[in-house]
Amino acid sequence: MAPRDDGIGAAVRRKEDFRFLTGRGLYVDDIVRPGQLYAYILRSPHAHAEIRAIDTAKAMRAKGVVAVFTGADMAKDNVGSLPCGWQVKNKDGSPMNEPPHPPLAVDRVRHVGDPVAVVIADSREAAKDAAELVEIDYRPLPAVVSVAEAIKPGAPQVWDIAPGNTCYDWEIGDKAAVDAAFSRAHHVARIELVNNRLVPNAMEPRAAIGDFDPASGEYTLYTTSQNPHVIRLLMGAFVLHIPESKLRVYAPDVGGGFGSKIFHYAEEAIVTWAAGKVKRPVKWTAERSESFMTDAHGRDHVTRAELALDRDGKFLGLRVSTLANMGAYLSTFAPCVPTYLYATLLAGVYTTPAIYAEVRAVFTNTVPVDAYRGAGRPEATYLLERLVDVAAREMNIDPVEIRRRNFIAPDAFPYQTPVALQYDSGNYHATLDQALKAADWAGFPKRREEARKRGKLRGIGISTYIEACGIAPSNVVGALGARAGLYEAAEVRVHPTGTVTVFTGCHSHGQGHETTYAQLVAEGLGIPIENVEIVHGDTAKIPFGMGTYGSRSLAVGGSAIVRAMDKIIRKGKKIASHLLEAAEADIEFKDGKFTVAGTDRSKTFAEVALAAYVPHNYPLDELEPGLDETAFYDPKNFTFPAGCHICEVEIDPDTGVTQVVNFTAVDDVGRVINPMIVEGQVQGGVAQGIGQALLENCVYDENGQLLTGSMMDYTMPRADNLPSIAVSTHTTLCTHNPLGVKGCGEVGAIGAPPAVINAIVDALSSYGITHIDMPATPQRVWKAIQDARMKQAA
Amino acid sequence: MPHVSLTVNGKPASADVENRTLLVQLLREKLGLTGTHVGCDTSQCGACVVHVNGRSVKSCTILAVQCEGANVTTIEGLATDGKLHPMQEAFRENHGLQCGFCTPGMVMSALDLVKHNPDPSEREVREWLEGNLCRCTGYHNIVKSILAGAAAMRGQPTKAAAE
Repeated sequence: MAPRDDGIGAAVRRKEDFRFLTGRGLYVDDIVRPGQLYAYILRSPHAHAEIRAIDTAKAMRAKGVVAVFTGADMAKDNVGSLPCGWQVKNKDGSPMNEPPHPPLAVDRVRHVGDPVAVVIADSREAAKDAAELVEIDYRPLPAVVSVAEAIKPGAPQVWDIAPGNTCYDWEIGDKAAVDAAFSRAHHVARIELVNNRLVPNAMEPRAAIGDFDPASGEYTLYTTSQNPHVIRLLMGAFVLHIPESKLRVYAPDVGGGFGSKIFHYAEEAIVTWAAGKVKRPVKWTAERSESFMTDAHGRDHVTRAELALDRDGKFLGLRVSTLANMGAYLSTFAPCVPTYLYATLLAGVYTTPAIYAEVRAVFTNTVPVDAYRGAGRPEATYLLERLVDVAAREMNIDPVEIRRRNFIAPDAFPYQTPVALQYDSGNYHATLDQALKAADWAGFPKRREEARKRGKLRGIGISTYIEACGIAPSNVVGALGARAGLYEAAEVRVHPTGTVTVFTGCHSHGQGHETTYAQLVAEGLGIPIENVEIVHGDTAKIPFGMGTYGSRSLAVGGSAIVRAMDKIIRKGKKIASHLLEAAEADIEFKDGKFTVAGTDRSKTFAEVALAAYVPHNYPLDELEPGLDETAFYDPKNFTFPAGCHICEVEIDPDTGVTQVVNFTAVDDVGRVINPMIVEGQVQGGVAQGIGQALLENCVYDENGQLLTGSMMDYTMPRADNLPSIAVSTHTTLCTHNPLGVKGCGEVGAIGAPPAVINAIVDALSSYGITHIDMPATPQRVWKAIQDARMKQAA
Repeated sequence: MPHVSLTVNGKPASADVENRTLLVQLLREKLGLTGTHVGCDTSQCGACVVHVNGRSVKSCTILAVQCEGANVTTIEGLATDGKLHPMQEAFRENHGLQCGFCTPGMVMSALDLVKHNPDPSEREVREWLEGNLCRCTGYHNIVKSILAGAAAMRGQPTKAAAE
């Protein structure tokens, strides 16, 4: 039978697109509740200051103002601290320093943008106007913004409970084995690098509406979240002490997340609490400049690393020391990013037998840093793939060859790394070969020569990366400090006429779940895709799920749907065996039909569904009516997408401008359900990776003022900064989930940055330049060239 | 409070506004046309692009009172009788959108490009989009969509998309 055009592997056009293309999407700021008020949040202009007094009297009297609240008002109501969802332990086993995080600051502000008071009025403008009348007496304190400064003796202290501004000092790996490896090394390659701080900048600014029904005592929070149940749990149980049965969290259409909408933010608690106080709905929508100073930032590592190699370029040992910026408070999942999502990936795709990493997480007077597309894995990959290139150059080994010599072999799976992870499948030679061919690696010298004639410096760079998705299993992550489970839930509700609604705990904010999941169901139950609807985002409808991040939606959420469908089919077989008067063991389900094996006697899926809901001819003594099943799926392991990215750049030596002229990505994301969506996910990720490598950088001045505080100052990639991005896949199946899928949401942002920088260093190698930090802006590249010329001339 | 009357998507509309009310606020908050989005506060992102008297305009950068008597078209005004405009169809066919937030501005901007340049090159499309930001797609499929949409509007058959 020919493959379905709406099933697994088909490039089905997206079901959600009609509403988005016609302006009928429903984002939080589009929602207007009856009687709705508007909140404007006053924020600290100082990076670090004591709040000596707040006078709200004048603002309270302003036109249209309904209420003004401060941190003291919330404290009076016993509002709790925004909780941290992961506890990391120090080298000595003691827990990390975990400071409080009140939704409105109480006696001290710790970063520019820290919320201090909220004005609630009958219009956005009235609230904003009145906010100017709130008088706050600040006593500015010395601030610290960079990790390098924060760890110096005598540095300003962000938290009294965190001496030396240290959140934790953590390690992984076998230090003695690594020392031994270095002692017998033929060559040691070293690198020091910065992984630049990024601002996520999903196109939809965050927004939240709190609503309270005095009749039922029920609260509703409409919010721009990637995981509404996580928000309900954290805010209900830890911050506002609202029973979950009285709290609904609804995240409708969400305009991109990239990690920044995972976390429980102060504004969600503020509007929900305030709605209860004023007994009317309260809406807050971020202005973009607020997004810059309140959405959790990404990356911000400073790292030193050394790779020990033998005479043949085989890796013997890796030693890594990283300082990770946490910002002023611990965002929801911040502590796990530079530890369990970073250092555990330092084996990469290589057989390095001994690895040791230590990570010191540091508080500064900056916006909290947390997961941003890739979260820890881009930092690990960038470090490793740069270091491998440095080693190759120093030992005069071809960068492709040195990678091949160290790859984990295709027959070595399952492969246990020295840093905790066990890879289940992969074929790194295959993705490399495919990428070299697609990028015409062999033809590069000719292109370089041609570019030279035009006065351009052309370089080529490669990265062979691995990442870990679908973080799991729950008991293992629990042992590592997670304060939540990491399963996913799905309910497959078959309706009496055989159409299906799937309720998933995952959340789509651009990923196209309404289409991909529908393809799974169309294929699995043998029904047309038009008969399948996917519901997500509303805790009043969906089972308790953990949401979408870490490329988990298909590997974990999709697997939950498959398990729920398995239950549907098992029950359907029982019903069919009754209807067909045959033994249950003889019933086969295929292509939407329950058939008695070896006969032409069958019942369609719709007939069985109808019998379940109109159980006139039905084994009621043995079987409940209805056809509606829920499954919770807890993965056995992470999944491990991997691949090869190749970047070609041209640099104008007179201006330092770098143009990416070719970009090739070959990724192993496991089984592909919708190749069109996979390509789009990879292209989007690569664009963010190129953005990090060339354009984006979050900059504070030494006083903690955010210099890149708007889209005029922070360089977002634009269409004319980017090339077309050639994407293809090579599949090895994940061995432990029912779909064989791995995940594709983050591979682009992980694989791309080192490929770009390796290409730039290659282009500049004739100047003796061996490294350039991200972002490789024209100024940085130009200066590197000038410095090298001066050095050569001297 | 000033009163502004204009034509929106072919129908008369009017509202009382403040002097400082922006066109995008009039559309979203007074007229309930929430397809036009606000993604920034510095006129960088282009999520709010609409047509004013046939030209693409960032509706966050023009006051509502400046639109007295104007003819405004928003994303809601493109599809007719449930049938997508060829440019909308090209975005759907070529996976030119992911989260959908920048999409209305992209489509409205693309239509203005095609009006001035019915057969743009890839480079021209990329340069035209200088005022529209997207964080999801890496622009690859947006560019592809606009080229396909332009071809369809010229009456040429669209190439098989997203191959």
